[in-house]
Amino acid sequence: MSLRVEELTVYYRTLRGDVRALEDASFAMDDGEIMGLAGESGCGKTTLSNSLILLAPPMKHIHGRVLLDGQELPIADIDAMNRFRFRDVSVVPQYAMNAMNPTRKIGRMVSELLRSRGIDPRKVLPELRRRLDLVELSEKVLTMYPIELSGGMKQRMVMVLSTLMDPSLLLADEITSALDVSTQKAVAKMLVEFRDREIVKSVIVITHDMSILYQIADTILIMYAGQLAEKGPTETIIHTPRHPYTELLITSLPKVGVKHDLARLEGIPGKPPLLLEPPTGCRFRERCPDASDACRKIPPLREIAPGHFVACCKEAGSDA
Amino acid sequence: MRRYFGRKLLIYFITFFLAVTIDWLIPRFMPGNPVQNMLARAAVRPEAAEVMYSYYTRAFGLDVPIWQQYLNFWNALFHGDLGTSVYLFPQPVAKVLRESIPYDIFLLLPAILLSWWAGNKFGAFAARTKRLDNTLLPIGYILTATPYMWLGILLAWAFGIVLDIFPIAGAYSFSMEPHWSWLFIGDVLKHWFLPFASLFLVGFGGWAIGMRNMIIYELEADYSHYLEALGAPRRLVRKYAFRNAILPQITGLALQLGVIVAGALVTEVVFSYPGIGYLLLAAIQNQDYFLIQGCFLFIITGVLLANFLIDIAYVIVDPRVRRGMVGE
Amino acid sequence: MAEATKRKKKNEFVYFALRNNKLKIGVAVVAFFLLVAIFGTLLTENDPREYIGPMSARPSGEYWFGTTFFGQDVFSQFVVGLRATFLVGAVGGGLATFIGMLVGFVAGYRGGAIDESLNVLTNIILVIPTFAILIIVAAYLKVRGVMTESLFIGLTAWPWTARAIRAQTLSLRSREFVDLARMTAMRPMRIIFTEIAPNMMSYLVMAFILQFGGAILIAATLDFIGLGPTTGMSLGLMMQNAVNWGALQLGLWWWFIPPGAAIAAIVGALYIMNVGLDEVFNPKLRET
Repeated sequence: MSLRVEELTVYYRTLRGDVRALEDASFAMDDGEIMGLAGESGCGKTTLSNSLILLAPPMKHIHGRVLLDGQELPIADIDAMNRFRFRDVSVVPQYAMNAMNPTRKIGRMVSELLRSRGIDPRKVLPELRRRLDLVELSEKVLTMYPIELSGGMKQRMVMVLSTLMDPSLLLADEITSALDVSTQKAVAKMLVEFRDREIVKSVIVITHDMSILYQIADTILIMYAGQLAEKGPTETIIHTPRHPYTELLITSLPKVGVKHDLARLEGIPGKPPLLLEPPTGCRFRERCPDASDACRKIPPLREIAPGHFVACCKEAGSDA
Repeated sequence: MRRYFGRKLLIYFITFFLAVTIDWLIPRFMPGNPVQNMLARAAVRPEAAEVMYSYYTRAFGLDVPIWQQYLNFWNALFHGDLGTSVYLFPQPVAKVLRESIPYDIFLLLPAILLSWWAGNKFGAFAARTKRLDNTLLPIGYILTATPYMWLGILLAWAFGIVLDIFPIAGAYSFSMEPHWSWLFIGDVLKHWFLPFASLFLVGFGGWAIGMRNMIIYELEADYSHYLEALGAPRRLVRKYAFRNAILPQITGLALQLGVIVAGALVTEVVFSYPGIGYLLLAAIQNQDYFLIQGCFLFIITGVLLANFLIDIAYVIVDPRVRRGMVGE
Repeated sequence: MAEATKRKKKNEFVYFALRNNKLKIGVAVVAFFLLVAIFGTLLTENDPREYIGPMSARPSGEYWFGTTFFGQDVFSQFVVGLRATFLVGAVGGGLATFIGMLVGFVAGYRGGAIDESLNVLTNIILVIPTFAILIIVAAYLKVRGVMTESLFIGLTAWPWTARAIRAQTLSLRSREFVDLARMTAMRPMRIIFTEIAPNMMSYLVMAFILQFGGAILIAATLDFIGLGPTTGMSLGLMMQNAVNWGALQLGLWWWFIPPGAAIAAIVGALYIMNVGLDEVFNPKLRET
């Protein structure tokens, strides 16, 4: 599969005006790529992922397009997008713990959902069983109510359901945030296994937990305040980032074995800007230690090395 | 499950005991002496009055100490004896109640059930489109804010007097004797319609508003968003939302019973409909101890029983309770 | 820092409050009737109980709402009745809200046996058809005033508020309290007043509005069956008189339509106001 996002811009309508949550996002993904999408809370990660599957009010599509396997996705049209949902693009949402109807047996909900999408549940049942086995869930969960499952079990069930139709693109939104560390590892491994078995072609893993991304992601995309900051192979991003924000982000991560009397845990001073009336140009300008006048213009996402993109005026070269 | 029902039954029993005790207690402290009033109405000579007074006082068991009256009361209750009415002497209270209960059931049961069902359906329907919602919302709120008696008065005046379509007093025409015939049934229905409509409309408004709010809440729940993200048709999402939104409406019904009873009471007064409410008012005005008690017993038992039935219904409908989920 | 965010929050509420149509309409209607109640008697100097005019007169320039069967000025009765209505709503509703808040908060905050016993109490009063009990108690007292009526209503209408406040207390307690206790050395009392209380405020205001409306309705029903205040005028009493003296049959619509219409309008406005307030306090409901 191939995914190309071109200058995707999505705002949120509010009473006070438009919140510019996503500004000119452009990137591409290859077949089989697990891309991590990281950044602070409110940087636009969930907006981006929602735009790809459910662009509903108060979100407003301003411009930009998304091409999946060469075909343009009608993301601005809620009804037209239905064809692609579940089959081509699917999501394991942030709220997976509450994603299932609490008053319906899971198996019944699954078959009702499938039937409503024109799929015969009986034909899918054997495959469903295999998938449950894969994530180490007993087939009995289909006869249970969501309340009877633990958090991790619900997460895995939602993973199975969301990927049942072998979507090309899977959006995994904060799937490990609410879990304990050992379950986190298990879920992360499951994700990789799904990709390896070609149950899903590519995955966008949204999280603010860089350690998970280091384990499973092929590439990482860093966002800040609605803009893309940097994208590149995991090794590059973690060890040799170029964008000042990424650098600060990586260095602010605690390191194993380092005690606090040896090194202080530094954060990044300041706060991200409000996106109701964001500053012009690079939105990281205010907190960037390397800011200059050139940063008043929005720096384009430039490929400085194969597969490594940075949006920083420093990298703009001599034509700044 | 056992714990759940055990707790509920305990509460109901305590409530029954408490309510019945209060019910027995308060009329005893009402000003005035019912036997004296009765005698005053009969206008007998003073000498005869004294004899009659002691006779009736004994007959009504009012001559024994209070605590004994209380025990006698419970004793009689278990034997189904609710005493003799003073106001409608010498009819036994149980008989008087028995004759009024059918009218109440005839009026209340359809009104409650229909308004609940129709209101919920309508509320769910109204939550579909913004425009519909915006026009129906204020109507619903105003309907539920309308005092029962005023709506009764309006309907009685508009359809009873001005348009002269329906009668506004009694359960059937004074000229008729109850008998099985289409004429009589038609007459009963004509007398029944306006009080029924009055109860129905106010209830309808309330349920519609409640359901509309619940549906919107469910439509914004995580599971609804998940279904939408997976491309489920609106039909399925709405079906789930409705099924989940109905649950609090069931408990809501139990909570509203007290209000509905009050509403039925005043509606009966407006239309002179011979139900328990109408009877209760007459009993108060005539200081008829036993009749008041009897009416209360019926109301309280009815409400508690209905609560219990609704609890059972809720357990059947909400799987979470069945699977042992505890807590409120 | 906390002060600044609190101020911003308050300003945010005011901002949305001024723009919410439902809130504005609701407040306008209630305010209108309140003004009539307060200043209505300036417009007419007639004593509501005096027989001053022609009997059963239609509304006219002189008697805006016409006269009753006995020749009393309906408009004067209406104005005085409105006053009683607002009084019962405020006192009865206020009392019910207060008791509910107390019971609910204590139950939710303390938990354990106190919670259990308060729950049993709440459930019992919730299940009893309190209106039936109100009737009996009201009939027992020979002389009743508006205050006694408010007292009865307040003492029996609080359970649902207690339930709501308890639920809110429980959720707040687990959230804020633990976090704050961990992060700062604030004393629990201060935490209650500075963090929990403001979150509660919105609930309390909305609960009060609903209790206010509910109290008005209960009072009207009690008045209608003759168990309201023994002196003075009230809207429910007007309707009772109208019905008892054949206003329906005689077609004296100006006698029984205004009182009930006023109640429906005021209570309806209160409900709509509540919906608007809910939108102001709860960002998710705001229309974009």
